[in-house]
Amino acid sequence: MSFWSMAFVFMLATFVGLQVIKNVSRLLHTPLMSLTNAISAIAVVGAVLVAGEQHDTVSTVLGAVAVAASVTNIVSGFMITDRMLRMFREKGPRA
Amino acid sequence: MTLADVVQASYLAAGALFILSLMWMSDPKTARRGVAAGVAGMAAAIAGTLAQPQVRHFEWIAVAAVLGTAVGVPLSRVALTAVPQRTALSHAFGGLAAGLVGTAKYWLWLDEGVLTPFRTGAIVVEVLLGFLTLTGSLMAAGKLQEILPTRPITYKGQNLVNLSLFGIAIVAGLWLIVDPTQWLLFPLMVVLSLLFGVLLIIPIGGADMPTVISLLNSYAGLSAVAMGFVLENNVLIVAGALDGSSGLILSIIMCKAMNRSFTNVLFGAFGQVQEGAAAAEQRTVKSGAARDAADLLANAAKVVIVPGYGMAVAQAQHRVREIYDSLAKKGVEVRFAIHPVAGRMPGHMNVLLAEAEVPYEALIEMDDINPDMGQTDVVLVVGANDVVNPAARHDTKSPIYGMPIIDADKARFVIANKRSMKPGFAGVDNELYYNDNTLMVFGDAKAVLGDIAKELSGGSGMH
Repeated sequence: MSFWSMAFVFMLATFVGLQVIKNVSRLLHTPLMSLTNAISAIAVVGAVLVAGEQHDTVSTVLGAVAVAASVTNIVSGFMITDRMLRMFREKGPRA
Repeated sequence: MTLADVVQASYLAAGALFILSLMWMSDPKTARRGVAAGVAGMAAAIAGTLAQPQVRHFEWIAVAAVLGTAVGVPLSRVALTAVPQRTALSHAFGGLAAGLVGTAKYWLWLDEGVLTPFRTGAIVVEVLLGFLTLTGSLMAAGKLQEILPTRPITYKGQNLVNLSLFGIAIVAGLWLIVDPTQWLLFPLMVVLSLLFGVLLIIPIGGADMPTVISLLNSYAGLSAVAMGFVLENNVLIVAGALDGSSGLILSIIMCKAMNRSFTNVLFGAFGQVQEGAAAAEQRTVKSGAARDAADLLANAAKVVIVPGYGMAVAQAQHRVREIYDSLAKKGVEVRFAIHPVAGRMPGHMNVLLAEAEVPYEALIEMDDINPDMGQTDVVLVVGANDVVNPAARHDTKSPIYGMPIIDADKARFVIANKRSMKPGFAGVDNELYYNDNTLMVFGDAKAVLGDIAKELSGGSGMH
């Protein structure tokens, strides 16, 4: 894949990101950050590729640590986002 | 359709699901669907990656995944006051993953003799960003957890030292791009980047942490983008760009909310102890008991509560909700005024109040509630300080001058709870407390608000 086609993807995704994030409710900025944390743990893709190739021990260990770090972010990021979102309720004062 | 097509299709689906996920965050009603979309996108991307033929060994991956889950589950259950630290820690993990993958790729490709200038350039960006995000975020987490001093630590020539270190790291990186076989430069660059991350955060005070966390969020995203360029993988670029732009927007919002620029946050060492006459000046305040505060509140038609991080530290948010409930039952209109930097990360206060089951419709942003402050009978300030300090509007000498504030002083009465007259997180004295229409109620927020709530519910039975 050429540099320029990747640069295009990056440019478009950044503009989509800016537009979409601008519309996120300010109420939800904390869950937004934990959600994007989990999403950027997509680094797991690179980590799995490095750890799974098993070229030599050093790169395998580096890859495996990266997998562990990314999985931590995926698990804790999605779980805590959902936990926080469950707390937001619309209804008025409790009886 | 070949296996490669299936893999690419899974990445395409993942990219679309991530965008949908963030779109659904626009409204609390659809937000949980957003999490589901994010999980589905991640599952698709991981499945696609595991299906790739060059991934041949799964033992290490499995062990790492189990370990990550074992750490991740408890991290998702921390108290909501600790969410900023958890977030900083996860930026650190994100930076670590990017840095390590970049390092591994460099050695692999160096060994195979296939390091092109483009590949090396992408690796340099990924590794620089990844490792400085790692140590910078660990420092931020340490400050938020108050393991490290929250006051900025400064010394002469600090900015020059920091920038020269980063400059050397960049020169090392550029040299590597020109001649990728100069492998000794690689560890040098890693060490400098790690060091720069630490030095970057040392001079930044606790009050600026919301901006710093947002900025580090952006860096973590950009390091994932750089990894996408290294591995020539679009889903990494898309997901990283979404994270990067999210961090950027949140940092801009935080900066605006404090009337500061990025350079000022990063190099300005905000929050040093204020020098000057104002702090030493002896002024008197009017103080009262919980009963007086309850009387004022019960006789009001419109009440606005201004919560700050101090409320959460004292675990007083449930008492605040009790006050909200009993006033609402009496027919008093109660709303919450939320300053963008209330709490220690963007949106922190909303989450803390949502946990106490305050309905989100009562949580009003600063810009929307300020026009109503003139018609408000009583403002109750709980654990907030700098965000209601009128000095921000007129005192050009104040460090917080120009910062947008909640106009609490425009209400007919102000009730402010504080433990003592000690200045707030930014180390600035607050003149609101000395106004004639301000009643100070001293004491622990949880105890004081509990007493006010008791007075309010007891009183309603007798009338």
